[in-house]
Amino acid sequence: MLRQASRLLARAPILAARARPFSTDLPAAQSADATFTEAWAKVIPNMDPPKTPLSFMQPRPPTPSSIPSKLTVNFVLPYSSELATKEVDMVIVPATTGQMGVLPGHVATIAELKPGVLSVHEGTEVTKYFVSSGFVFIHANSFADIIAVEAVPLDQLDANLVQKGLADFTSKLSSGTTDLEKAEAQIGIDVHSALNSALTG
Amino acid sequence: MASNAAVPFWRAAGMTYITYSNICANLVRNCLKEPYKTEALTREKVHFSISKWTDGKPEKPTIRSDSPED
Repeated sequence: MLRQASRLLARAPILAARARPFSTDLPAAQSADATFTEAWAKVIPNMDPPKTPLSFMQPRPPTPSSIPSKLTVNFVLPYSSELATKEVDMVIVPATTGQMGVLPGHVATIAELKPGVLSVHEGTEVTKYFVSSGFVFIHANSFADIIAVEAVPLDQLDANLVQKGLADFTSKLSSGTTDLEKAEAQIGIDVHSALNSALTG
Repeated sequence: MASNAAVPFWRAAGMTYITYSNICANLVRNCLKEPYKTEALTREKVHFSISKWTDGKPEKPTIRSDSPED
């Protein structure tokens, strides 16, 4: 009970300190179910209350009042999580609207990704991945969730296969009849030219 | 930001986002260097076990191994 009391007290000043809350600002989520534990304590004061699913979840980190110095990145693929809450200085994501640089304190954004290069900048190291497509969710508390279907480090790509693919799809575009075939050929061209510029650029 | 007016070319051709995304992922996987390429393609293999139902009872299931669409 005392733990929850101190957590609830700690939450209130954060909300009071903010003069005009934005709609994208969210308070820190509670990590224990206060009403349940109070009701339990009334009925069975001698036993500890069982943990509820809420207490197993990590609370959402609050939006700090000053811009944090690092961006926390979660980069996940369907079969593995490449980066899990890694603190970095900047990531550059290939959004459909162009290469987008994300720094700590970036405005909350949802962006769709196009096939392109994702680069993670931490100190002087830069790690680059080629992302096939996906989304990036940037939250107001300087957390960025990047989800992609397929992402490979650039050195795993074979330049010859890329060139061959580009030539194949360019010819398919001119020989395609239905809208769907033309769309597939256009997708092939987009992806392969992005791969090409990733390997040469 | 794109409004209702500008749809992406693949949606205009009748393709859904998931189909588009899967096609992109397959194309990227096909451009990988050798050990990574076979790992990726085996990882993405999908198997279905399908059984038709008649009179409330399932018939013998068939296994279909759908190789990923090109």
